[in-house]
Amino acid sequence: MPKLTIDGKEIEVPAGTTIIQAADKLGIAIPRYCYHEALPVSGNCRICMVDVEKMAKPQIACYTPVAEGMVVKTTSQKVIDVRKAVLEFLLVNHPLDCPVCDQAGECKLQDYYMDHGKYDSRLDDVKVKKEKKAISLGPTVMLDQERCILCTRCVRFTDNITKTHEFGVFDRGDHSQLDLYPGKELNNNYSGNVVDICPVGALTDKDFRFKCRVWYLSKTNSVCPGCSMGCNITVEWDRSRPHQQKKARVMRLKPRLNPDVNNYWMCDVGRYAYPSIDENRILTPQFKNDLISWEKAIAMIAQAIMPLRNEKRLDKIGVLASAQLTNEDLFVIRKLFKDTLKGAHIDFKMPEQSGKSDDFLLKADRNPNTAGALAILELQDGVTQQVIQKAKEGQIDVLYVFGQDLVKLFGKVTVEQIAKKVKLFIYQGSNINDTCSYAHLNIPSAVYAEKDGTFTNVQKRVQRIRSAFLPLGEAKGDWEILSLLSQTLNTPIVYKNSKEIFKDMSATITSFSDMSYDKIADQGMILK
Amino acid sequence: MKNSSENRRQELEKYFDAKGPFALFRVAQMKRAWQQSNRRELTWWENTYIPSLFTGIWLTSKHFFYNFTFHILHLFGLYKNVKAAVTFEYPEKPRPLAARSRTRHRLTKREDGSPRCVACMMCETVCPARCIEITAAEHPDPHIEKYPAEFILDLGKCVYCGFCVEVCPEDAIRMDTGKLDIAEYSRASMIYNKKRLMNE
Repeated sequence: MPKLTIDGKEIEVPAGTTIIQAADKLGIAIPRYCYHEALPVSGNCRICMVDVEKMAKPQIACYTPVAEGMVVKTTSQKVIDVRKAVLEFLLVNHPLDCPVCDQAGECKLQDYYMDHGKYDSRLDDVKVKKEKKAISLGPTVMLDQERCILCTRCVRFTDNITKTHEFGVFDRGDHSQLDLYPGKELNNNYSGNVVDICPVGALTDKDFRFKCRVWYLSKTNSVCPGCSMGCNITVEWDRSRPHQQKKARVMRLKPRLNPDVNNYWMCDVGRYAYPSIDENRILTPQFKNDLISWEKAIAMIAQAIMPLRNEKRLDKIGVLASAQLTNEDLFVIRKLFKDTLKGAHIDFKMPEQSGKSDDFLLKADRNPNTAGALAILELQDGVTQQVIQKAKEGQIDVLYVFGQDLVKLFGKVTVEQIAKKVKLFIYQGSNINDTCSYAHLNIPSAVYAEKDGTFTNVQKRVQRIRSAFLPLGEAKGDWEILSLLSQTLNTPIVYKNSKEIFKDMSATITSFSDMSYDKIADQGMILK
Repeated sequence: MKNSSENRRQELEKYFDAKGPFALFRVAQMKRAWQQSNRRELTWWENTYIPSLFTGIWLTSKHFFYNFTFHILHLFGLYKNVKAAVTFEYPEKPRPLAARSRTRHRLTKREDGSPRCVACMMCETVCPARCIEITAAEHPDPHIEKYPAEFILDLGKCVYCGFCVEVCPEDAIRMDTGKLDIAEYSRASMIYNKKRLMNE
């Protein structure tokens, strides 16, 4: 293991490590455009030059392997002069249209210019203009060849990660430009990632284009609820300027680094699924056609359950939970319907048609918390079909559905029959779907971006989601609603917050033992 | 033996002629107001208001005769350097403004009449009153790229700091219309949209 010194700090790293990797381990920031940890090294941007003792010229940190006794300087005058010169070259043909560029604010050209540039332009010639400013590359990405600095990160991404080979650099010298191969279109499920890795504003997201400036955005760490992979994401939102995007709060989702789950990437299916956070939401409790208050809605459910409990006919309650709920929500469901109201039929597995999957991130199971639901509810056989059949025959009095679109799953006719036979058909969910119009009582619940909790992904990794903002309208978190209901039923299950539920859960369920929010942190923990 | 606060109360009651349950409180209030106004007590002669009457008449007459004399002298071209009072017929005849004064905003236009604004939102970002709301959209001409689908400026919120003009990279917003008298009957009509801002 060679030992080297970078800026006076010593570190021992395995042989074959490059200087930039060693510096990253030490927390020393070396500027970079073409180097990306998850992509092969290209070494074309030259901004990562460092001064290595006993070497005549500065070396690129991304491709120089470390050697025993190496002494590296990243802040010497020589290095700073080199960076300045490299930046000047990179900016020779850059259009400097930062005011209209979506990348402005998170652009590496801007950042490094402020750190190392700040020179007066010495360019007498006219900048090279490309024919077209905005080129559509496919359904999700726009290209601006003038802004491109030809770092080839996107080329390497499509060559090595997706292996779809759409991008290439064509022509030579100052004519060289990034483009798609003839006849190709950037239309794979991971195309949004090229926007994330582009260090400048050459590749921009069509969905986010001109929506808002990036410095308006607030960021909340979360987990993508799109499928059971549970990719780590940041929810980027803005509430201060509601005139943008018709009062929508969430502007975009970005992948967050987690080497054990999604690395730097996320798929387009998850990336563009965020509009459901703001659109088509259930805002107030509704009984048939009347908007009602929370007290009335909770009292209504309690009134339906009370006589069944008194008559000891709790098997007349059917609960269809969902793997879209957080572990905390499911734990409160377990406490209320499995432990307190013992005998109620409960299930979360639905006869769903599995979605499209690929061998990278997207999984066929589109529920973010199937593993968690299995661990918490501890169900042996699925009773969903049985519950539906019983409801159709009128043997179920109270049907409590959590976010499951029964119309899509079982057909219109069945749900119509259920609505006629069941005394109280409750739908608790965040978004309006076909089932809502058949349900007697609609209860608004919060979406994942509005609640704290955990999801358990397909690797059985428990990961935190965090609430970015308060629920829309009068919606409440699922466990809060159930907690209210339990109090009305005189069997209170009361928690202060989801952290407390998790604490209780880790004490009750063995597979969650030894876990806490602090231990889970941002990287997650595997179930036992 | 009366205690000191009772003594004081009686003294003040005599002085201010205040009676009743809250007399002391009222007296204290009046006393404070009196002290804050920093005035001395009027004498009997002053209380007749006769001296004030004559002071007023004297002051008015002074101005009248001063202006009367100098306006007549100005007619003959004399004492032009001495100024006499004049009446401005505002708002019929507006006063001249300094060249740099910041007045109501306008959006400047390109040669084809479309706004110069590229919807970069620098003004929206810098505005301390948050009175600018821009909705950006894709321009059909790829060389312009971005344009404001809507540009809303709420003059009811604007503090006329001029930061928006200073920050604009395209010289698209200016505060040079010379309009200062922006009075409306509702808050809603103080909100200017793109069209209103472009027609000056």
